[in-house]
Amino acid sequence: MEFLQQLVNGLALGSIYALIALGYTMVYGVLRFINFAHSDVLMLGAYSAYFLAPAMGRIFGQQSIPGALVIIVIAAAICAIIGVLIEFLAYRPLRQRPKLTVLITAIGVSLLIEFSCQHGAVFGADTKSFPKLLPARQLSIAGVNVGSNDLIVLLLTAVLLAGMWFLVQRTKMGMAIRAVSFNEKAAALMGVNVNRVISCTFAIGSALAAVAGIFYAMRAPGIDPLMGVQPGLRAFIAAVLGGIGNLPGAALGGLLLGVLETVAGGIPGVSNYRDGIAFAILILILLFRPAGLLGKATIEKV
Amino acid sequence: MMHTGAKRTLLGAIALAIMVSLFSSYFNRYYRDVAIDVAINIVLAVSLNLINGHTGQFSLGHAGFMAVGGYIAAKITLVYGPAIPVWAQSLLFLGALFAGGLVAAGAGLAVGVPSLRLRGDYLAIVTLGFGEIIRVIFQTSETFGAATGLVAIPKWTTLAWGFGAAAVTVYVVACLVNSTYGRGFIAVHDDEIAAGAMGINPVRYKVTAFVTGAFFAGVAGGLYAHHKTTLTPTGFDFMKSIDIVVMVILGGMGNTAGVIAAAVILTAVQEPLRALGPLRMVVFALLIIVLMMLRPQGLFSFRKKGGAKA
Repeated sequence: MEFLQQLVNGLALGSIYALIALGYTMVYGVLRFINFAHSDVLMLGAYSAYFLAPAMGRIFGQQSIPGALVIIVIAAAICAIIGVLIEFLAYRPLRQRPKLTVLITAIGVSLLIEFSCQHGAVFGADTKSFPKLLPARQLSIAGVNVGSNDLIVLLLTAVLLAGMWFLVQRTKMGMAIRAVSFNEKAAALMGVNVNRVISCTFAIGSALAAVAGIFYAMRAPGIDPLMGVQPGLRAFIAAVLGGIGNLPGAALGGLLLGVLETVAGGIPGVSNYRDGIAFAILILILLFRPAGLLGKATIEKV
Repeated sequence: MMHTGAKRTLLGAIALAIMVSLFSSYFNRYYRDVAIDVAINIVLAVSLNLINGHTGQFSLGHAGFMAVGGYIAAKITLVYGPAIPVWAQSLLFLGALFAGGLVAAGAGLAVGVPSLRLRGDYLAIVTLGFGEIIRVIFQTSETFGAATGLVAIPKWTTLAWGFGAAAVTVYVVACLVNSTYGRGFIAVHDDEIAAGAMGINPVRYKVTAFVTGAFFAGVAGGLYAHHKTTLTPTGFDFMKSIDIVVMVILGGMGNTAGVIAAAVILTAVQEPLRALGPLRMVVFALLIIVLMMLRPQGLFSFRKKGGAKA
């Protein structure tokens, strides 16, 4: 029973990681670099919800399900725009430059968002308590206690993952995304608008990050401008664990990492080093299966 | 290898540092402390430049290696310092700095081998995480004073030690990069796959650069510990790593002289910058982005390196 309990908690945490990891892995798929600012988009998503919550509470009633859904949709839309803007302003001008230049710029963008948000005129550096978007109830299913919020997170993540699968495998834009990540130049020659595909990738990834940021904030004691860093790092590890550039891999890696972290964190003695577990996993995967669980090893050519 | 001129310059620099140090009691205390900060930052920036600049890998964990070296060196002098005669203090300090550097290099090996076997961009995120883990370890370890850190470390870092270490760092990095062996770093920087095809083992070069850089970061940490006389785990956070990264980017990646100039300038203006508070990091972030867009070779690089690469 104890173990089942941990498993449910781990899956809820892991589904948040999975949503963030999808954004990392999609951007990596088309542009081949780590979008460091992704973890800050997540934070902006949580802050959007923080500022939207009072107004939506008045319209739809406090802690109502339609209210929460509207908040999530608006926050996702805001972050999608922010993600597209980041790519357009910071990454697009550097598209043809060495990858190191883009990576450093991404770190710069991430720092810029984090520290300008810490300024008193923006959000302030202090921790703010996140409003309750939904009434939290404890349900007992077959002897396992499940928080209603965890259940909703799991359900919504499942819906979003299914939607992602449909988008990537069954729509024209999805086919274009796959084409660009397979071979950008060939895709362009076949009439794919590469710029639009990249913008779209950033929009989808950032929207998912916003949803994940709100879910994360619902579990966390509070939100602050640096809240995205830790889940962002974990989600990146999840993406590597599943095989970076591989969408089902990101989902699997996220869920696996969440469960491993929660289960290992419950073992007495290990719990002090909880933060280290994810990195131990990363080091092991890099040593023994660098392509990730579902990824295929690729050979780079000059 | 290196011409004898470089060796003479090195010896000259160390001799000058020692001589200036003899008169250091006449200097304004504040300016002397800033000068020692400059020396320590030169060690940090030049050693990071070997990794980020010459070899083209990107590490965000230099403060982590600095923390390792600082804690180890401080622990050694705190334990053995009171027991030894005054004349042996310099020897103990030298030994402690070396030990700190070696342990940091060991940590560099442990972090570098898994992440450097692969694409370079993994290194950025692994070193970022490593910095966090190091902090957690020192924060929970009772031996190293847990959250309080280490206090009452003897104030042994003088101008001579600081600039001596800076001169040695510059000398070693310059000799390494300018040697026949060192051409490999630049080859790996320019194109890993092509370098591999030419019989250069990219992984070995990357790990060598990384471990050497970590060693000097550890030495700088030891100097820092015996300069500030207290160490806290929070003093070596991500921001400290970014400070060093900014020096390297501003000076020009792969340009040792430029990086030294950037380290001197940024350390000299650290007090006015501190007045900006959190805005300081906003300025740094904008600086990084603007430099990458307009002048990716840094402020102080004027010669264009041959061969544009997509």
